[in-house]
Amino acid sequence: MPEQLLFAMEVTLNGLMAGVLYALVALGFVLIFKASGIFNFAQGMLVVFAAMTLVGVQTGQIPFAHLINTIFGTKIHHFGWTVPTILAIIVAGAAMVFVAWVIEKYILQHLIGQPDIILFMATIGMWYFMHGFAPLMWGSEVMKLDVGLAQGINETIDTTTYGWFGYGFFIDNLDIVAAIVAALLVTALVLFSQYTKQGRALRAVADDHSAALSVGISLRFIWVLVWSIAGFVALVAGIMWGSKSGVQISLAEVALKALPVLMLGGFTSIPGAIIGGLIIGVGEQLFEFAIGPLVGGATQAWFAYVLALVFLIFRPQGLFGEKIIERV
Amino acid sequence: MTFKRVAAASVAALMVGSPVMADLVFPSLSYRTGPFAAGGIPYADGFADYMTLLNERDGGIGGVAVQVPECETAYNTEKGVECYESTKGMGALAYNPLSTGITYQLIPKATADDIPLYTPGYGRTSAANGNVFSHVFNFPANYWNGASAAINHVLDLNNGDLKGKKIVLLHFNGAYGKEPIPTLTKLGEKHGYDLTTIPIDYPGQEQKAQWLQIRREKPDYVLFWGWGVMNQVAIQEAANIRYPMDQFIGVWWSGAEHDVKPAGEKATGYKAMTFHGVGSDYPVFGDLQKYVVDAGKAAGDGSNVGTVIYNRGVYAAMMLAEAAKKAQEIHGVADITSAQMRDGLEQLEITNARMAELGMEGFGPEFKVSCANHGGPGAIAIQQWDGAAGKWSLISDFGASDMDVIQPLIDADSAAYAAENNIEPQCN
Repeated sequence: MPEQLLFAMEVTLNGLMAGVLYALVALGFVLIFKASGIFNFAQGMLVVFAAMTLVGVQTGQIPFAHLINTIFGTKIHHFGWTVPTILAIIVAGAAMVFVAWVIEKYILQHLIGQPDIILFMATIGMWYFMHGFAPLMWGSEVMKLDVGLAQGINETIDTTTYGWFGYGFFIDNLDIVAAIVAALLVTALVLFSQYTKQGRALRAVADDHSAALSVGISLRFIWVLVWSIAGFVALVAGIMWGSKSGVQISLAEVALKALPVLMLGGFTSIPGAIIGGLIIGVGEQLFEFAIGPLVGGATQAWFAYVLALVFLIFRPQGLFGEKIIERV
Repeated sequence: MTFKRVAAASVAALMVGSPVMADLVFPSLSYRTGPFAAGGIPYADGFADYMTLLNERDGGIGGVAVQVPECETAYNTEKGVECYESTKGMGALAYNPLSTGITYQLIPKATADDIPLYTPGYGRTSAANGNVFSHVFNFPANYWNGASAAINHVLDLNNGDLKGKKIVLLHFNGAYGKEPIPTLTKLGEKHGYDLTTIPIDYPGQEQKAQWLQIRREKPDYVLFWGWGVMNQVAIQEAANIRYPMDQFIGVWWSGAEHDVKPAGEKATGYKAMTFHGVGSDYPVFGDLQKYVVDAGKAAGDGSNVGTVIYNRGVYAAMMLAEAAKKAQEIHGVADITSAQMRDGLEQLEITNARMAELGMEGFGPEFKVSCANHGGPGAIAIQQWDGAAGKWSLISDFGASDMDVIQPLIDADSAAYAAENNIEPQCN
């Protein structure tokens, strides 16, 4: 088999894996938009906050230590214990539920009935608030995230493909884990929305707020629920991305990777986020492989948006998005 | 009545917030927030702590207290320029903008204001030509020295023969990351290696395509010009594809503890260039601990003392303090002006004996600044990461860079700047 074809196959596989990671971030956006019509600008910061909280709890870091030390002249940083990973994930998940409750009680509740653009502006405010609050709580250092996930080349795939083609493919173990987790997450979300009472209520709210309210569904509960789920998805995304780069404030910029996925897959479709992520992942990696060297490289950042734009022109609601028809 | 109260409060606030006019003022354009805060915090801490040490231990510089008013730039060029404008009225003697973007904006402003800029290891490389850039100083090393030092190290490892070797420059896709390309290209022509440049767009959280290319091309060495999250991801990806870490060499902005720690022990062997010492095994750090950290006067919590970027802040502060001292000697006054500070920078001489007096023997090379040479010796050492021990170690001495290649590049670039801005040579 020609060498270039083998390389292209390897790039395609890695593109699929990268796409899964994009989709994990995009899922959080979709959940909130589907249930409330809000484009949550702060989703990237939820990823950062969730991951920082996980590492902070896991390593026994004292929240707001810098602030406490500055005010009281103390020198405290750690409790002196570490917390098992599973327990730390549960605590971080609980923290995201608390964040969801705070957002609903102190922001969304006061904006019921306001135009979508106002809600969007509120999420921009949340982004900036959390951008300052998260480092204040956990510090600005790069935090090493270790939840025991395997990283590095998958030996089995390397050996097997070498046996077949005389060239071993590189696939990162962490990407394989991310793909499995994403599959489980999507399955769980679909089952939840289809077969549980809360899931059906969530879909009802997504279809029509007023109608849902009129049949006794609590909008407040649904919003807390959906923001909590989005917070949990952010935690999963934070674990995957944070394992690669350490946890730091710039992790929030993974949201930039989710935008073209949403444009392509649609803002209201969970499968759309996955398919959109895969198309973007493969598209940008193959483009970089084939065309990148001819145009100076580093094409991934803009190509994903060009690809999404092309889709947008022909199908504005995205591949799986719902076409909104408003009648006067 | 209300007006009087407001006026009185404003005067009181100014008196509290502004340094006394007689103090030596070195504003710190720091970034403790934003995506690059992990690097900005230790640098600002090191810079401030060294100046605090001089105040606490020596009573300032030449008997005059030092003030370091901080202004947060968040590594944003516009905010950096605002910081410059808002602090220069305090009697600023010199600026260390800690950002290449801010430096480019400040070069014409500071020159017009007669305030020197000190940009060690960053900023405009050709500012090393003092004949053109009268108010900019970038000693002891710049990016082109860095590129040459990396190649010198690789030459040492290959018995001086790089013919047919493949070298990749993995770099941030912006002005900073592209800085070494002309030097590496010229050095490639001289030594016969093949250079491939692979850019990474900001922020650099996704580098799969770049590292798959490196895996395919199997370069003998990868040189790296990154910053921020790009560093941590690159080192992790190198470990993932099992690229030999001792053949992966970063510039000094890609060689801090927080760059390698996320990859754990897999980062062991990774190398980086440096223009100053590593660790805290120098007497000055004992003084910093005693007079600053233990006395509760440190800018941070003291946990960064001895880390790579903290040390860089200390080194920069030491250079400015020594230049201020030189300015006091030249002009015979303790309360120097920014113009006199510029003279001090231009006549600065760092000797090994002086470094020993400062408790920093071997921390950096000895050198002398001159009217024409604002760039210093360009002497650079290589440091290597030991993941098990969790520390960097110097594995070479401070070696000279190839000025036969670099000087013509500096001359050409600075000549172009002089022509664009109608600058007459300042040195006779």
